[in-house]
Amino acid sequence: MKHRSTGRILLALLVLMGLSACGPIEPWVKPYERDKLADPIMALDADSVSTAYIQHVYEAREGARGGEGAAGGGCGCN
Amino acid sequence: MILRRLSFTVLLLALSSNGFAGVLPEDRADVLYHLYDGGGVEIDGPSILVRKKVGKSLSFVGNYYVDMVSSASIDVITTASPYTEERKQWSLGMDYLRGNTTMRVNYVSSEESDYDAETVSFSVSQDMFGDLTTLTLGYALGDDLVRRSDDPSFERDLDKQIYSVGLTQILTKNLISTLNFETITDEGYLNNPYRSVRYFDLSSAVGYSFEPELYPNTRTSNALGIRARYFLPYRAAIEGEYRFFTDTWDIVGHTVSLTYIHPWGDWTFTGKLRYHDQTGAHFYSDLFSRSEATNFRGRDKELSALQSYTFKLQAAYEFLSDDGNDWGFLKKGKVTASLNMLHVDYDEFSDMTALQPIGSEPLYQLDADIFQIFFSFFY
Repeated sequence: MKHRSTGRILLALLVLMGLSACGPIEPWVKPYERDKLADPIMALDADSVSTAYIQHVYEAREGARGGEGAAGGGCGCN
Repeated sequence: MILRRLSFTVLLLALSSNGFAGVLPEDRADVLYHLYDGGGVEIDGPSILVRKKVGKSLSFVGNYYVDMVSSASIDVITTASPYTEERKQWSLGMDYLRGNTTMRVNYVSSEESDYDAETVSFSVSQDMFGDLTTLTLGYALGDDLVRRSDDPSFERDLDKQIYSVGLTQILTKNLISTLNFETITDEGYLNNPYRSVRYFDLSSAVGYSFEPELYPNTRTSNALGIRARYFLPYRAAIEGEYRFFTDTWDIVGHTVSLTYIHPWGDWTFTGKLRYHDQTGAHFYSDLFSRSEATNFRGRDKELSALQSYTFKLQAAYEFLSDDGNDWGFLKKGKVTASLNMLHVDYDEFSDMTALQPIGSEPLYQLDADIFQIFFSFFY
């Protein structure tokens, strides 16, 4: 049942992607207005090798996992 | 299984880009040393990552990672013997950019003396609406093999699958946000073959005895995370994040964090506070009423109700800038050091090392320092 609902979500998103090609949507933040967003301090994952490691530590030390756009492999040591 | 693996959720991140589909990640190499020290466990080792573009539409990435473990954790000293262990992991990945679409494939292999894991993942990202929106769909398949170091005949399979949907959205000139939904399914041998649960036993001098834990053979979890980063009126950034987690073992979790990033000359300083709260698994108990009291039983403290607190400090220094230098093909170089101080309060995990009578044992608390230092070179 859960697999089916996940499939529906993915299908809906694919349809959304298809619809986006039907007509242009005017971007409300122009490319020349994105200088601050391009600043390195705005990079959502500036150092992925480090983020992956700390995410992995959290997955080992807590019962929750995923959903943070990042996850690391590694040990969940006793 | 000395090291319980989450290998499946692997280096999806380490091998992914910055969340924008229409641009390949920049060429870089990272050499990292990590150290985890807390709760009687010390884990350290290197991680090396190299990423290189080939032509205008391909980018390759490789990573080599080692954990060297020395453990005398509370689990180990109460029911087993201290041990040392080593785990090696390597991965290879490729990004392919075509128009506003980026496709990624990745393979990860992890090996240790009693646990092997292989994972293949695939994702596709699409930029939309004038590149304000990036939608990413991902799938990964993991194949693990669990063994016991004291029983060569023991082998169990564990299969995992991850379905993920991510949305990165530019909201204003100063604000960017992400939304991630991830479903993970496990099927196979999920418990730790070495770990035990304890139960009341009046025939024992201490009032309890131990028996092997027994987990369900399946687990499905759903996690929804939202994150937003804002460029402040002066040159600094602030980020907030929230994650909701639930699974078929009845664990419900809430995680929040707040991050502040402040550049100062060639330095960038980062501070972060993180809080996590979760309920326990339905088959978890600190002390079962009798032997084989329930169909499933576990005493893994990470499956207990708990709260964790993290305080992070990080400093990065750019020793080589890209505005003209004599370092040949190198454009930029930086060194980063970070310290995460982790504290965990367990609501249902007694500290048996206190040697107190049953019922008056204090609850266990964990304090750990997680240190990283890494050099990054951009070329």
